Amino acid sequence: MANLDLNNVDNMFFDVLREIGNIGAGNAATSLAQMLQTKVDISVPKIDLLEFREVGEAMGGEELLVAGIYLRIEGDLNGSIMFLMEEKSAHELVARLMGAQTHDEHSFSEMELSALKEIGNIITGAYLNSLSTLTNMRITPSVPDLCVDMAGAILSVPAIEFGEMGDKMLMIETTFTDFATIDGYFVLVPDLPSYNKMLSALGL
Amino acid sequence: MGEMIKVGMADLKICISPNAVTTLGLGSCVGVAIRDPQTKVGGLAHVMLPNSKAVNNNSNVAKFADTGVVELVRQMEKAGAVRRRMVAKIAGGAQMFALQSKSELMQVGRRNVEAVKEVLKELGISILSEDTGLDYGRTVEFYPETGDYVIKSVGKPVKTI
Repeated sequence: MANLDLNNVDNMFFDVLREIGNIGAGNAATSLAQMLQTKVDISVPKIDLLEFREVGEAMGGEELLVAGIYLRIEGDLNGSIMFLMEEKSAHELVARLMGAQTHDEHSFSEMELSALKEIGNIITGAYLNSLSTLTNMRITPSVPDLCVDMAGAILSVPAIEFGEMGDKMLMIETTFTDFATIDGYFVLVPDLPSYNKMLSALGL
Repeated sequence: MGEMIKVGMADLKICISPNAVTTLGLGSCVGVAIRDPQTKVGGLAHVMLPNSKAVNNNSNVAKFADTGVVELVRQMEKAGAVRRRMVAKIAGGAQMFALQSKSELMQVGRRNVEAVKEVLKELGISILSEDTGLDYGRTVEFYPETGDYVIKSVGKPVKTI
């Protein structure tokens, strides 16, 4: 069994994660394009390996307002998955999806919140599909849960889960572009046994 | 005006008045602020997990409630603070997502708060006030001169405990 050491992450595992990010973002862009009925381009995903004290700054400051969509995952792989974007981008996305300007810049209506959850569901689902295909593992996500708050506070949730394994956190960064630009951040946290299973499944 | 010293996640810093310490966007983590009112030596620890003994990779003492608070007190004593005069204030330990409550293991915010209280009790340091739990993030600033612990959250008035 492969041994996880996030402090000395293998270059090859990095490449695999990038590939999952690539395929996942591709699938997510296709789904987004269908929902928004427009063409959506994606950037090459960037993988960030962060010290905990750098985590908050990674998205543009601990106090930046962000929307985080969080799902637990079960099956052959256990853990959690989170998709984050700036609150500003989240407003733009729901406004376009619902074909209207949002009534208030600083809060979301119930309907906007469920639209946002659905967007998160589709985007995380796209990543999980690519992971499931690459590893040949069965992965079942829970219903999505949404929180809009400071980046530091929201990122503390996956950071703590990484904290049980090591002193660093892995984050995938992808930019979605149509006529607006959305920086999306994606955090996958398999629990320790799942991590080892995942590495073995990938032949690492 | 003194300097504002920033404490990151899984990090701790001490300071002496007029300087102050801050940590931004506390979620399920807990910000433990301690001060010696006489020497005005203060410190802040941003702990992520309750127990260092439950985790294999525990080289960073500031990451855990049990080891982080002990280390903070040790550094404060080195800077001239006296343990029996020390008092504490705590903030954070929120549950950001409802899904986090699914299992005991997941209620890490609440467990962090409990672990901090336990280690402070063992060290004989009393807690003057706290602002913990609930479901939102907190930015905190601690001023060793007055002992003011200022808490800022999104869409809520600033409070001082």
